[in-house]
Amino acid sequence: MAAAGAAATDLEVARGKRAALFFAAVAIVLGLPLWWKTTETYRASLPYSQISGLNALQLRLMVPVTVVFTRESVPLDDQEKLPFTVVHEREIPLKYKMKIKCRFQKAYRRALDHEEEALSSGSVQEAEAMLDEPQEQAEGSLTVYVISEHSSLLPQDMMSYIGPKRTAVVRGIMHREAFNIIGRRIVQVAQAMSLTEDVLAAALADHLPEDKWSAEKRRPLKSSLGYEITFSLLNPDPKSHDVHWDIEGAVRRYVQPFLNALSAAGNFSVDSQILYYAMLGVNPRFDSASSSYYLDMHSLPHVINPVESRLGSSAASLYPVLNFLLYVPELAHSPLYIQDKDGAPVATNAFHSPRWGGIMVYNVDSKTYNASVLPVRVEVDMVRVMEVFLAQLRLLFGIAQPQVPPKCLLSGPTSEGLMTWELDRLLWARSVENLATATTTLTSLAQLLGKISNIVIKDDVASEVYKAVAAVQKSAEELASGHLASAFVASQEAVTSSELAFFDPSLLHLLYFPDDQKFAIYIPLFLPMAVPILLSLVKIFLETHKSWRKPEKTD
Amino acid sequence: MAAAMPLALPVLLLLGPGGWCLAEPPRDSLREELVITPLPSGDVAATFQFRTRWDSELQREGVSHYRLFPKALGQLISKYSLRELHLSFTQGFWRTRYWGPPFLQAPSGAELWVWFQDTVTDVDKSWKELSNVLSGIFCASLNFIDSTNTVTPTASFKPLGLANDTDHYFLRYAVLPREVVCTENLTPWKKLLPCSSKAGLSVLLKADRLFHTSYHSQAVHIRPVCRNARCTSISWELRQTLSVVFDAFITGQGKKDWSLFRMFSRTLTEPCPLASESRVYVDITTYNQDNETLEVHPPPTTTYQDVILGTRKTYAIYDLLDTAMINNSRNLNIQLKWKRPPENGYIHYQPAQDRLQPHLLEMLIQLPANSVTKVSIQFERALLKWTEYTPDPNHGFYVSPSVLSALVPSMVAAKPVDWEESPLFNSLFPVSDGSNYFVRLYTEPLLVNLPTPDFSMPYNVICLTCTVVAVCYGSFYNLLTRTFHIEEPRTGGLAKRLANLIRRARGVPPL
Repeated sequence: MAAAGAAATDLEVARGKRAALFFAAVAIVLGLPLWWKTTETYRASLPYSQISGLNALQLRLMVPVTVVFTRESVPLDDQEKLPFTVVHEREIPLKYKMKIKCRFQKAYRRALDHEEEALSSGSVQEAEAMLDEPQEQAEGSLTVYVISEHSSLLPQDMMSYIGPKRTAVVRGIMHREAFNIIGRRIVQVAQAMSLTEDVLAAALADHLPEDKWSAEKRRPLKSSLGYEITFSLLNPDPKSHDVHWDIEGAVRRYVQPFLNALSAAGNFSVDSQILYYAMLGVNPRFDSASSSYYLDMHSLPHVINPVESRLGSSAASLYPVLNFLLYVPELAHSPLYIQDKDGAPVATNAFHSPRWGGIMVYNVDSKTYNASVLPVRVEVDMVRVMEVFLAQLRLLFGIAQPQVPPKCLLSGPTSEGLMTWELDRLLWARSVENLATATTTLTSLAQLLGKISNIVIKDDVASEVYKAVAAVQKSAEELASGHLASAFVASQEAVTSSELAFFDPSLLHLLYFPDDQKFAIYIPLFLPMAVPILLSLVKIFLETHKSWRKPEKTD
Repeated sequence: MAAAMPLALPVLLLLGPGGWCLAEPPRDSLREELVITPLPSGDVAATFQFRTRWDSELQREGVSHYRLFPKALGQLISKYSLRELHLSFTQGFWRTRYWGPPFLQAPSGAELWVWFQDTVTDVDKSWKELSNVLSGIFCASLNFIDSTNTVTPTASFKPLGLANDTDHYFLRYAVLPREVVCTENLTPWKKLLPCSSKAGLSVLLKADRLFHTSYHSQAVHIRPVCRNARCTSISWELRQTLSVVFDAFITGQGKKDWSLFRMFSRTLTEPCPLASESRVYVDITTYNQDNETLEVHPPPTTTYQDVILGTRKTYAIYDLLDTAMINNSRNLNIQLKWKRPPENGYIHYQPAQDRLQPHLLEMLIQLPANSVTKVSIQFERALLKWTEYTPDPNHGFYVSPSVLSALVPSMVAAKPVDWEESPLFNSLFPVSDGSNYFVRLYTEPLLVNLPTPDFSMPYNVICLTCTVVAVCYGSFYNLLTRTFHIEEPRTGGLAKRLANLIRRARGVPPL
């Protein structure tokens, strides 16, 4: 009877053990994965290795240069070797993680008949007119014509000429080393027309370590898909001045051609407004010697802020705004002049603020006050105004004055106010800037996502990241093969996609969910469940241990 | 940031004809007016309207040039292809019973209704974007407008301006009743005015006075109107309106007289030079037969009579563009005085300051016989700081009793008595003569229930749920893992022992 009871008890004990073990097994096999699965944040996979690879990306910027030799430009035996291709490559030394190499691929060939004919004409302008028509050159490429040493196409003391389109003329030489000498000249001219260190340094200003000339470099607007240009006429004293400006005509005549020429670099929209009672933020000082008022240079930064609140944000688009203000000073403060560092009045009476726009002070001719009663009617001379604003516009877009090599003739300004190769230079710079921006954005995003494991990565964010990485790679390839236009488009896509991914609102959803709150929720559930399981496991372990030891002792 | 720039100008642009076109007649115009209406309750309503008209077809032009019309709104019209836009922000409610019908109606909070052009393909998307942009322009929470609070009325809200067809598919309407209107909404509204707040009627728009009012409503209405009588082309009209109701008792210490300075703490100093019309209308309608009940100063140049909202009204007109109006005194402070002495009464009100001082309201009133007088005061329930709750917050908070002090005419004429000699119970309150006696009544204190927050609620829920789960789980676990076996009784209980003792004593074998 007792034996049977003990056997039943043993059976019961064994069953209890099995049940406890089974509980533990269910908790570990089913509970833990279930908990893990249901509380896990969804993180789509990202191309982390490719993103870190982008940092070490080597940019090769290729400029295809076609070099055309006319009959008497080089010695005859040299001409026999034509056509062939020379590559000139050099690294652009910038303190930037991306290595940038600039490559001039010079394809040498002989001049065709109509080119010979054109280049033998009387003046450079005629030659250009004749050469222009038949061919449309791709963005970023250059054509250099080598003319005979004694040609009268250029003035005798000039060695080369840079045209308004993508062409240049270089004087040839009769020499044993003719190709080498001419090659060097060609590279000089081609550098002036395409890529220089300065241009790239300005484009990468935000990504380079600060140094003393970086303020100057940070003047141009950042690259964007489009730009809004607003011309504002500020009339703080409508009681005395009835100001009229023909902004519509001026935009049509001067701004629109310039923007049309620049249209490859982005979308532009132009509007204008008149603001009354808009004051500058500082009181001008009176100069009794000239009985005029002046704003000195260090007070200029304070001028903008109070005006800006009136300018009105661009409600209808997200593009950066360039403001150009024409300020007609009130009667009590006129005439008003802007002084430079040395206290001398600035000739244009204008200044600009980097990445913001420009301000010009327009003084009303004092003669107009004599004849009539207030308010006097003021007609703004738009030629004077637009000259200043367009020069500022060029500066703000980063179209700097070219560094012309010595003994080089630069063609006169075109009707658009922009030479074609200047546009190319802008596109080179903008592409590199876009690539740098996109790379930085992607790298920071990858770092952030790697660091904070709470962030949800949705599929559409991941797809934007993939798109951006692909666009960066495509753009770099296109740059290396000299297709500037498609490289620029791809770089814009890269920036757009990378920023879309970076600023996606879904990334923020679970970002601020601290650990202590998590524990506050888990502990009331987990503690009462885990403690019995653990205790019975410990008990089972101890018993097994004991029963293992007992046989040893008996032995 | 700025740098003076020596510009060596390489850009010489001498294209096209140099001649400048002659100035056209101004294509935009501004009219502004202010109507001041003394309300039947004694309050004063001021209604500003600024109307900018622009003879331009905004939608067709690529490049737009703005003069008086604000650029921010003009860009909206062309970008979102708006036909009409009506936006109002209102704080308070227009009490028609006390104030009569309003010139401009608006619901409390923010109201936006928009008619889109029939060229818009995705109206809902435009509506969403538009409300977001407007919320940026006016610093308001219009971005909370979404499909849950947007409706498309089919019978009401017809276009107010020029319209060929009215397909309701292009109408969207939304109200945000919770929107609180404050200075940050007024500032961008003022910036849209051509004269900003520097000249003309807009000088009076001082935020700290405009928001110390019983009612504040500001609105923007954009609509297309006919450019000329034959309506061959359209113009755009922007009306910015603002109505406020000043509490005459607070600003005027119980008198119904008012002046511009007392209401706005500003006076009119100069007309807006851009306005083609700038007028102040003062309602001087007299309801009694005698004309001498009120007086306005300075005397108006002209008056205007018309039937407004069903009643005949007379307005005194002050034209700010009339040079004599302002030049005489450098500024214009319109005043209105009631000639009859105000009714016998006195009201003193001292508003409370949070955590510093309580409200004080004193009224001196003469009650007619056999009448019931009710004085009611509205409370707003507010949440206190959590440290300020008493240990038993659900008990409520006390509001101290009101006091009624009165001299009640005595039924019986008593002879004057010697004050020192009379019994003490009769002599605390001195009475000048025997015909009156003094009474002071106290009302019950009021117990107000304030909302009390429950901070621990979410954690309680979690704890309770987890406890329930843990208890269920625990009993299951116990049931399944415990070993149950029958205990063999070895010595037996106390009862058994006792029984055996008795059995032994009786000589019976034990159990």
